Amino acid sequence: MAVELRHITKRFPGVIANKDVSMSVETGTVHALVGENGAGKSTVMKILYGMQRPDSGEILINGKAVHFKNPNDAIDASIGMVHQHFMLADNFTVLENIILGSEPKHGVTIDFVAARKKIAEMSAAYGLEIDPDILVEELGVGARQRVEILKVLYRGARILIFDEPTAVLVPQEVDDLFNALEGLRAEGMAIIFISHKLDEVLRVADDVTVVRQGSTVAEVKSKDITARQLAELMVGSELPQPSTHGVTRRDQVALALKDVSIPTSTGSRDLISHITFNLHAGEVVGIAGVEGNGQAELVEAILGLREYTGSISFNGESIDHLSVAHRHDLGIGFIPEDRQRQALMMNSPLWENRILGHQRSKPVMRGFVLDKKATIADTARIMEEFDVRAPGPQTLATALSGGNQQKFIVGREMSKAPALLVAAHPTRGVDVGAQGAIWEELRRAREKGMAIVLISADLEELIGMSDRLLVMLRGVVTAELDPAKTTPEQLGSAMTGAV
Amino acid sequence: MKKLKLSAILLALAAPFAAAVVSIIISSLAVLATHKSPMDAYKTMWDFGTTQSSLMQMLNTATPYYIAAIAIAITFRAGLFNIGVEGQLRLGALFGAYIGAMFVLPPVLHILIIMVVAMTIGGLWASIAGYLKVKRGVSEVISTIMLNSLAGGLSSYLLANRFMDRTTNSNNMSTKTLPTSGQFPGLMPLLNKLGIKDKPGGGVYGMLIIAIILGVAFWFVVNRTRFGFELRATGANPIAARVSGVNSKRMTFIALAASGAVAGLAGLPAVLGDTHAFNMGFRTGIGFSAIAVALLGRNNAVGMAISALLFGFLEVSSRALELIDIAPETYVIMQGSILLSSVIAYEVVRRYKITLQSKELAKAVGA
Amino acid sequence: MRTKLLKNLRYAALLVFVLSVIRMITGASDLTSVGTASAALLLSVPIALAGLGGLFSERSGVVNIGLEGMMIMGAWAGGMIGTKHGPWIGLVAAICFGATGALLHAVATITFGVDHVVSGVAINIIAAGLVRYISTILYKSGSWLGPSQSPDVNSIGTNGIPVLSGGKYFGWHSPDLLTNLANKHWFFISDVAAVLRGVTGDLSYVTIIAIAIVPLSVFVLWRTAFGLRLRSAGEAPTAAESLGVNVYAMKYAGVLISGALAGLGGGYLAIVAANHYQENQVAGRGYIGLAALLFGNYRPGGIMMGAGLFGFADALQLRDSASIHALILLIVLILAFLVYRDIRKGRLLKAGLTFASAALSLWYYLAVDNLPGQLITMTPYITTLLVMAVASQRLRMPAADGVPYRRGGMK
Repeated sequence: MAVELRHITKRFPGVIANKDVSMSVETGTVHALVGENGAGKSTVMKILYGMQRPDSGEILINGKAVHFKNPNDAIDASIGMVHQHFMLADNFTVLENIILGSEPKHGVTIDFVAARKKIAEMSAAYGLEIDPDILVEELGVGARQRVEILKVLYRGARILIFDEPTAVLVPQEVDDLFNALEGLRAEGMAIIFISHKLDEVLRVADDVTVVRQGSTVAEVKSKDITARQLAELMVGSELPQPSTHGVTRRDQVALALKDVSIPTSTGSRDLISHITFNLHAGEVVGIAGVEGNGQAELVEAILGLREYTGSISFNGESIDHLSVAHRHDLGIGFIPEDRQRQALMMNSPLWENRILGHQRSKPVMRGFVLDKKATIADTARIMEEFDVRAPGPQTLATALSGGNQQKFIVGREMSKAPALLVAAHPTRGVDVGAQGAIWEELRRAREKGMAIVLISADLEELIGMSDRLLVMLRGVVTAELDPAKTTPEQLGSAMTGAV
Repeated sequence: MKKLKLSAILLALAAPFAAAVVSIIISSLAVLATHKSPMDAYKTMWDFGTTQSSLMQMLNTATPYYIAAIAIAITFRAGLFNIGVEGQLRLGALFGAYIGAMFVLPPVLHILIIMVVAMTIGGLWASIAGYLKVKRGVSEVISTIMLNSLAGGLSSYLLANRFMDRTTNSNNMSTKTLPTSGQFPGLMPLLNKLGIKDKPGGGVYGMLIIAIILGVAFWFVVNRTRFGFELRATGANPIAARVSGVNSKRMTFIALAASGAVAGLAGLPAVLGDTHAFNMGFRTGIGFSAIAVALLGRNNAVGMAISALLFGFLEVSSRALELIDIAPETYVIMQGSILLSSVIAYEVVRRYKITLQSKELAKAVGA
Repeated sequence: MRTKLLKNLRYAALLVFVLSVIRMITGASDLTSVGTASAALLLSVPIALAGLGGLFSERSGVVNIGLEGMMIMGAWAGGMIGTKHGPWIGLVAAICFGATGALLHAVATITFGVDHVVSGVAINIIAAGLVRYISTILYKSGSWLGPSQSPDVNSIGTNGIPVLSGGKYFGWHSPDLLTNLANKHWFFISDVAAVLRGVTGDLSYVTIIAIAIVPLSVFVLWRTAFGLRLRSAGEAPTAAESLGVNVYAMKYAGVLISGALAGLGGGYLAIVAANHYQENQVAGRGYIGLAALLFGNYRPGGIMMGAGLFGFADALQLRDSASIHALILLIVLILAFLVYRDIRKGRLLKAGLTFASAALSLWYYLAVDNLPGQLITMTPYITTLLVMAVASQRLRMPAADGVPYRRGGMK
């Protein structure tokens, strides 16, 4: 038995992350750990990797009890972790990132020659191609993941933890990753694979442990269970499905883009190039694409956060020369991709966050003076309508869970009944319950005539919620698909340009 | 709810209390190191500091600190650092005194014009830093500090060569004395009506009223207006503020310029109420003490008022220490230790508050 | 790195050439004299040390505005200890006192998470006050003659390169060829000779040590494991933590080293550049060091260039006012070049404005014979502002610089 976790419990201020979690992983197997967002999967793995200490419980590695004080101890015990959010220094080279913390020494200096040699050997052995002298910031997502894996192998890991590795990959890259995992398993490594994508889990794992609300609810063999049963174990009920009903598209064109381009300062390829499409009221257009192909820039152009050439009109009127504030006030709502960075003041109470984006109109303003009473009342309304779980409008934003923060933001943007909503990754990092609620909200808005631009990396969300799909690759719209006739695999191929 | 209110009050007091304790310990150690008794020191300071004339001097010392601290707080709230208040207030006072002595107008108008001049000069001087930040990306920390030194040189040059009143023969270079209509009357007549008698060498600067008005205006604008909200949002999360429609470049510039304008007034209390001219004896260091006042007062109107009074009290009362052969500069140690310990204490309390809130949240949600 | 060195040398040569031209036109021979070059080096050392201090701190992710205060403590300690125990012990004391100030900053920002700029500003206020307080006590107790000035400190020996710069070795006084060449006042050749003589002759041993710290910094930061880990604390602290790097320790190291270097810079001002501690001696050089750090884009070579530039401006204002007067001509030349460039790029409005500034500066140069003393003292600060205005756009700071860090990624 390579890894055994027994009765792990971990508390954080105000929340019990893990309660009596147990798990056993054999060498030469892939063991999946599944659960919805916020169920406690990441926490228990951070404990295994020494980044957190358990309040109670034991960890046994190859039969021996261990106590990790920090990641160094875990690394010494041959454990390596490939993180979900890559832990790489953009400004360092691949080589520097890999050897950091385990530098080979030549007297006082780093032995760069030895390091280079070892990396080249590993790279060839596992088929993980990489150029060691390139700066990480220049690498794409798939390459960065390879660096993360090499980091772990460089330190001689025999037990590998993968935290949501396929969250940012298209189907073809997922295949590559699974092939690599096969190779690692054949070498006799023990692999722990955290995911909430149940089809993939059943494809690659031998055993599955299900975690729900901090506790283990099941430990099964993958060949003995179906995805549906797994889902029910994970949530305790049926998973919500993203879907829309009927055709609600109106005649009026809410948003029209014509030849919109954003050049780069370095003179190479445009960030987005000649984007042209019309979006009608009551219609959802899904923008699919691997991250970094221009979707974020497109959003910034529509909102006015970045300069562009070409024309954008809203409800028939050009908005090209209007400021961010003006566009917002005209009726364009925005759910940003990174809520903590772009939509919230974390150390302020919810009622102050209610004002953000709406500080120019009622009910928040009375003339040029803030109407505190009305704002607090309206915040309470939002919390009620959108099921935001928190003690009250005075709660600081940072105290809320990701899902509740997102529900609050959706509620805030909806309160002005915008004619156009730009939603970038609206259910990212959000628990299943909140996800379902947000989808329901978008559905209702669509029926009432709201036009929605939906950007997402969740292919099922895109296919389920959109009326049309546009695929972006290298800043250009390369395909338009009908979601009713598109499978996730086909969408993934289009996204990587394989079609 | 009631329990929350009580713990909120306790938390609010915890940081200043802890800071005061630490500061007293450090200051006592400093006094002990010179083989003197801390208890004697504190008693002397208290006895001297609570006399009527000392209290009036405390108000006079605190007034420029408060005005300058408000100027600094405007930028702190926006996430910027205007360290150049010293230079802005110096130039504001210089130009205010020089131009104010050029003409005679009805009293209220005259003083108003002087204040407008001072605000304009201070605002313009700070705008240089604002422009450099917005257009060239220069850190306002460095540019305002450089502008400080430049203001020092410029004011010496102007005073010696252009603005000096050559009709008097004194060694103390000075601008022409302001006519009576340009002098801000003291508050003694008002205080007399309240039963406080005149004392020799006493008197309270009339600009205390202006300082109070500024404080109220600051509180109102920052907390109750849209501009104030956008200012605070820019400081709390500049990216989110931009997404919400705030023009961050414009906000940066306006914050720095407004800060400079308010700072321009900070040098006027003594000039208008006491010396009636700008001369070589103009007090230096107000700008730096004001930074400490703003930090200690957490950039809010009431906190800064209390801090300004505290610093004023320490400075005035420590003058008596010389009588018992203790260096009056001891107040510098007190100010320094209060500043550092309070800044740390605020941070500790803030983290604790968040932890507390998370626990409350968990209980309310029933985790 | 070698190509960068060559590029820097080319810029330096260009600058000397332009100054030489101006010298010939205006007759301000002090502009490129040996004395000025020596003074420029002397004054660029404390700025460079402050800048290098800033480098170590910011590379580890902690913004250090408190360099000024740490320099003040170093200068004061250098004076106070140096009078009693000699200059070398004084310098060691300067390092220790600077590091102590840095320790305060480190505890406040790293352990308690106080905002970096707030803590730095607080340190500056505290250092100035503390130093004044203890100086007053020393004055009262009789050991000091005044509350703002320490007694004199013995100086550290100086030396130069043999043959070229009049070095003294084992009693032999070598020839001083470069000075001879400089005194001939030949166009460009004499100027280069003067500059070379200035940076190779009559050098205090401490100066040599201080200059050596520049390549040492490059070595430590980019070739050792310690340096890699320190930089990782400023670029990606969470990644570093996940690999077992002790991020807190690295940040503490960065800040303490920065305090030590700043303290050394202050001590240098008191012991080498002057021979006693004087209140207001540091005069903003800690901030100018920060500006050199930004100018150098967070690399030691660039810091040295920036420090040289600012040191030159600093030196000029201490010497001949005719030199500063001549500098105005330099500004006119630079503006004229910019006008030419703007016209070629078609930016006519901007060219017009620049031309107006150039004309104004030229008129001022011709109309005013002597710059008043108060304005001359402003030279280093205006230089800093102008350089910052030009150079700030292309900065590449460490990714996690100024971000409060907590283990486990908690807020």
